[in-house]
Amino acid sequence: MHSLVFTLSQASPTLMEGLVLGDHPSLLGRVIWSVAVIFVGITPFISVFAMLAIWGERKVAGHMQCRFGPNRVGPIGILQSLADGLKLFVKEDLRPGVADGLLFRLAPYMAFVPVFVAYMALPFGPDWTFEPALGAGLFWLLAVLTLEIMGVILAGWGSNNKWAVYGAMREVCQMVSYEIPLGMSIVVAVMTAGTLNLVQLGNIQSGGLHTWLVFRNPFVFLACCVYFVASLASNKRAPFDLPESESELVAGFHTEYSGMRWSFFFFAEYSAMFAVGGIQAALFLGGWNDPFGLIGYLHGKWMASGFSAGLVALNAVGAAIFVAKACVIVFIQMWLRWTLPRPRIDQVLYACVKVLLPITCVLLLGGAVWQLLVRERVGLPWKDYQPWDLASWWTGGFAATMVTQIVLSLVGLTVVSMVLGWIGYAWVTRHSVVQRLSEAAPIEPRQRVGA
Amino acid sequence: MMGFLADNTTQTETASAVLFYMCAAIVVGSAIWVASSRSIVRMALALLFTLVGVGGLYFCLNAEFLAAVQLVVYAGGTLILIVFGVMLTNPSTAKLYSPRRIEVVVATSIGLLLLASLVTAIVRSTLSGNGPETQSGSYAVGKLGEALLGDYLVPFEIISVLLLAVMIGAAYLAKARRKGEGN
Repeated sequence: MHSLVFTLSQASPTLMEGLVLGDHPSLLGRVIWSVAVIFVGITPFISVFAMLAIWGERKVAGHMQCRFGPNRVGPIGILQSLADGLKLFVKEDLRPGVADGLLFRLAPYMAFVPVFVAYMALPFGPDWTFEPALGAGLFWLLAVLTLEIMGVILAGWGSNNKWAVYGAMREVCQMVSYEIPLGMSIVVAVMTAGTLNLVQLGNIQSGGLHTWLVFRNPFVFLACCVYFVASLASNKRAPFDLPESESELVAGFHTEYSGMRWSFFFFAEYSAMFAVGGIQAALFLGGWNDPFGLIGYLHGKWMASGFSAGLVALNAVGAAIFVAKACVIVFIQMWLRWTLPRPRIDQVLYACVKVLLPITCVLLLGGAVWQLLVRERVGLPWKDYQPWDLASWWTGGFAATMVTQIVLSLVGLTVVSMVLGWIGYAWVTRHSVVQRLSEAAPIEPRQRVGA
Repeated sequence: MMGFLADNTTQTETASAVLFYMCAAIVVGSAIWVASSRSIVRMALALLFTLVGVGGLYFCLNAEFLAAVQLVVYAGGTLILIVFGVMLTNPSTAKLYSPRRIEVVVATSIGLLLLASLVTAIVRSTLSGNGPETQSGSYAVGKLGEALLGDYLVPFEIISVLLLAVMIGAAYLAKARRKGEGN
């Protein structure tokens, strides 16, 4: 009988598993190992990331609004989230008397658990994925993330508060419609890659900057932008934060929540931000690979020679790169939140159905036609072809692919360097601000008219 | 070497059985909850657990793509629409659903009929535990895609045209209703 457990027990152990348990681990050992990874690796990562991201968001918001943000607890306020967590931990857990008790209590977990499960398939390094053998890994990630809506719905409905129900209904409208452009923009990239397995997706992009899927063809490049917009909406991040728009709905779906239950929604939100950022990094932006393809090259080489210490180091570097890429995307999400105003719900749905959806349809068709007309490099870089040997690309009949990838890489580098230049300019001229916040002039009391 | 293998096989079978019974318990328990609950949103929640449990069963059978489809289509799509419909029509959380006697009788008899036919089918089936060789991994997904756009292209296209017709029909009905309300 070919059950899941059978397949898992037959699969060869992953790098770390092999190092700890030996080459032929027993099933029990592997189960214990997996549980240990969840408790020692994934859970602390999510908790620490969510805490730092909440602090980071407040810092980003502060500096964008000419404030300092949290700066009292710990150096540059970095322990603020810990203090807040302590406060939330001891805060009274209020529940409205007219609420549906069961749904109200269950909702925070229903929002958090799907996001937690999504980390099962996120590829942190060439050998550092919790479940690398998941054939439909990307699809599985999306499927799990859609379940997060249920938590919001139950929170809104269970609270028995009209603002909460409005928030939940907006969430449903928004999520159900934005899932379509989200999924279709992913398909454009998957068509180019030819796999749904996140580890294979990373390996395909291991040949350096120009082999990253976002630079493979112009349609994937645009699909990457569409994915980002749709992921904002599906994550209920501003400007699509209508489910909790505080200026209209008090606090939206979590109006009635307090204490730890409330903080679960925040953990879910920030973990989901990292998860969608991680999907974007893994699918479009090369995953754990560096821009020169060194990790892919060394990994193949050390895999063949069995140099495990090097492989572990390589995975650590890859995981750092992956987390850095996802964090840049999370930063852009925060940046947008404090920059853009919030549209109305009809404008949000208009943008989805009449703008994003036609764009993704065109991209999907364009990507398919591109596959038919342009000859692309198939297989893994370094293994099946040399990514940096451009002469062989030219003579091998991949001239069109080569030119496209180089042009798109240059476009991408230009955008990144423009943003970095802007930030550098702001940093250099920071002392020429006319009046600093720390030396604010005293406010003169205005004279009363007619006094 | 052989002793080690036998040990691993026993462990595999035990683990498979444990996973199966866990998923089955979730499915059966939450299905009973769906039938016995009187609050519609709680029923929807219980139905979610049932659907996720069925997804888990698919997962145990190594059909991870089917499991993901189960989550997207049923748990993430259909169920959300049901809840959305309930929210738009049901005035309050406090309102409980109380079925009439005739409804109970009809539903129970249909349920018993279904149960009887399923049990008969399972008892009479000649399928052994060893199904055809299944392949896990992206290869299986690729095979599925090739089958849908190759051997089964005509049914696939007919179904997509049917879905398109349903969508246009729904949009037309919604629009006609709105016009009628305006007059």
